Amino acid sequence: MNEQARRLLQIADDELVLGWRDSEWTGIAPVLEEDVAFSSIAQNEIGHARAIYQLLAGNGDADALAFDRRPDEYRCSPLVQMRFVPDWARTIARRVLYEAADELRLAALKQSDDEAVAGLAAKIDREEAYHRMHAQMWHERLRDEPRLKAALDELWPYVVATSEPAEQEALARLFKREIPSNSLLLGKERGAHDESWPALWEEMTEVRRSVPGAAW
Amino acid sequence: MGPARDAGRSSVIWEVFRQERKGVAFEHAGSVAAPDETFARAYAHEQYGRRSESVALWVVPRGSILEVEDFVDELNRNYHRVDGYSLKAKLKEARERAGTAASADR
Repeated sequence: MNEQARRLLQIADDELVLGWRDSEWTGIAPVLEEDVAFSSIAQNEIGHARAIYQLLAGNGDADALAFDRRPDEYRCSPLVQMRFVPDWARTIARRVLYEAADELRLAALKQSDDEAVAGLAAKIDREEAYHRMHAQMWHERLRDEPRLKAALDELWPYVVATSEPAEQEALARLFKREIPSNSLLLGKERGAHDESWPALWEEMTEVRRSVPGAAW
Repeated sequence: MGPARDAGRSSVIWEVFRQERKGVAFEHAGSVAAPDETFARAYAHEQYGRRSESVALWVVPRGSILEVEDFVDELNRNYHRVDGYSLKAKLKEARERAGTAASADR
């Protein structure tokens, strides 16, 4: 797998797992309007994952790529794996940090020499613009809320640990924060999985594993 | 979630009008509760636009809508109303006089 494919798989895994986690708010978000908006965003993220898996799979099976890997083969960031329901402050803090990092890596992909990759990145970015607006409006609204500040402090090392060096610096400027020391980044890098991951993987792949090889 | 509930409490109702395609009139689509313009814009976008069912939305705070609903007609002046004047019947008579009744069936 070349460098770009490796990067794309990381992004697809991030989007799939974050979409999954955020969809856990469906039906229980703080207000009805937010329930619809947040569920829609979660679904968009899974749609982005699907498009990237399809691009990576070529004529192969995107579903196999999405659901038939062993738990330790997923390349998503520990940031997106954590289960936050019913903690809205951490949920929003994650979105704020994730969307900022996502914007940077999409910007890089849009410059790709591979037209299919650049085109897909541009398409995804147009939808992400709306996600960014959503994250920013909540960030603005909860700006003085101690729980949001605490959540941003807690999650900041996670987003740094899974970003490329140039992106880390851009994020540090954007959020006016220091890049944490290496010891703080330990265990938060890609490939690390928290204790909630096996259960999430079980649930995510359960139906597909129930009838192996079935055409749905 | 204190702040989230506060967001609910301080919400106002925004009426949403949607345009199905360019050039046609906006029609009332429904309403959303949102604490400010930014949230109203985002929520209206999701509720009434996420399935590409709209090309544009008007989002208006309900308080800004001037409602007019008193239409008295004490003297039953039905000649002011469209239903007080049957064009269909008059047209039929006119056609019969002119002997062109059949052409109405085209």
